[in-house]
Amino acid sequence: MTFTTKLDVFEGPLDLLLHLVKVNEVDLADIPIATITDQYLEYLDLMKALDITIAGDFLVMASTLMHLKSKMLLPKQEQDMEEIEELVEEIVGPLREYMQFKEAAEDLAARNVLSRDVFKRASDTYFMIGEGKEGTTAKVNLFELMIAFKRVMARQFPDTVLSFEAETWSVKEKIAEIKKRVEGQKTIYFSELFSSKGSISELIAIFLALLELVRVGFIAIFQPKPGDDIMLQAFK
Amino acid sequence: MNNSLKLIVESLLFAAVDPLTPRQIHGLLPERDLKEIKEVLAALKDEYEGMKRSFTLVEVAEGYQFRTLPRYKPYIANLLGATPTRLSRPALETLTIIAYKQPILRQEIERLRGVDVGGIIRMLLKKGLIRVVGRKPLPGKPIIYGTTKRFLEVFDLKDLSSLPTLKEIEELGNGEEE
Repeated sequence: MTFTTKLDVFEGPLDLLLHLVKVNEVDLADIPIATITDQYLEYLDLMKALDITIAGDFLVMASTLMHLKSKMLLPKQEQDMEEIEELVEEIVGPLREYMQFKEAAEDLAARNVLSRDVFKRASDTYFMIGEGKEGTTAKVNLFELMIAFKRVMARQFPDTVLSFEAETWSVKEKIAEIKKRVEGQKTIYFSELFSSKGSISELIAIFLALLELVRVGFIAIFQPKPGDDIMLQAFK
Repeated sequence: MNNSLKLIVESLLFAAVDPLTPRQIHGLLPERDLKEIKEVLAALKDEYEGMKRSFTLVEVAEGYQFRTLPRYKPYIANLLGATPTRLSRPALETLTIIAYKQPILRQEIERLRGVDVGGIIRMLLKKGLIRVVGRKPLPGKPIIYGTTKRFLEVFDLKDLSSLPTLKEIEELGNGEEE
């Protein structure tokens, strides 16, 4: 049975290099490339033997190291020296920078970290629910709108009222009315919309106007919690 | 010094969840001078320090916030029970690079760390420690990252300029490698 593991002892090639530099107790300015390269490759072999998946980054670094090592072994001329220096810097430069940040990270972690070393006053977030904050509102579907409308109807017309007046309410007019109200205020509630003592036909006109405004995307509707009053906002 | 203003500001600091900046307080009290508010904040800070209480008014994340002193940490940790979410070492290193090098591209972070940081970046974004600052006008419009106010708040930093300067590394210090 074979299985692969991913050890993050050495997160990346820089980690491994850093480890080797430390183990060998050498200066970054004066790294014995040949020794470090050999040890680096040994580690890769070990990782292979342990069936640890080796990331491509490790191999890139390996090839850079080997390239450098071969350059150093060959007889050198003036221009070779320059190239070698460049290659060394290619390895040591990032290593130096990486160490700098590792140290800075240690320093950050040693600070008075909030909720670990020092504490601020606990906030009561419960009452922030329903304040219209993003994430606390649920979208309302048509069905919930209908129920809300039914509730308004029940409140406005507790008993059956006979009416003989012929009224005409234009949905268009109501659209303009709602638009004006939503633009004026930040949020208005569904129940407020029907607060005027109107007839059934007027309420229906308002409701149809509302549906139209939602359909064209002028108004966004929210419900903080199921059963709560539905909120309307101009869609931005 | 206006004592009633001082108490109003104190009440705001007491009730606030996040650090309050002088500007935020000024926004709540527009009839007051920003300068006056700053003076009152400094005075409150001195007063709380002088009182030798278990908490002080701390300048953090460009604002002010009441915080307990570090020495009371074990008691409060017991009270709160839950252990705080820990940042892994790779995450902390990535965050450090972003803090010092911002605004920074993901590619630059990966060059500095030598490994892929996609997952870590997503996690740091989710924790609100870093944010998308913009996009670089390069092919593919790569995202530029920076740290947030929350980062300053968590690491007890007054502002970004109070990050300690990076040390020059010539040779290895005492090893902390595990």
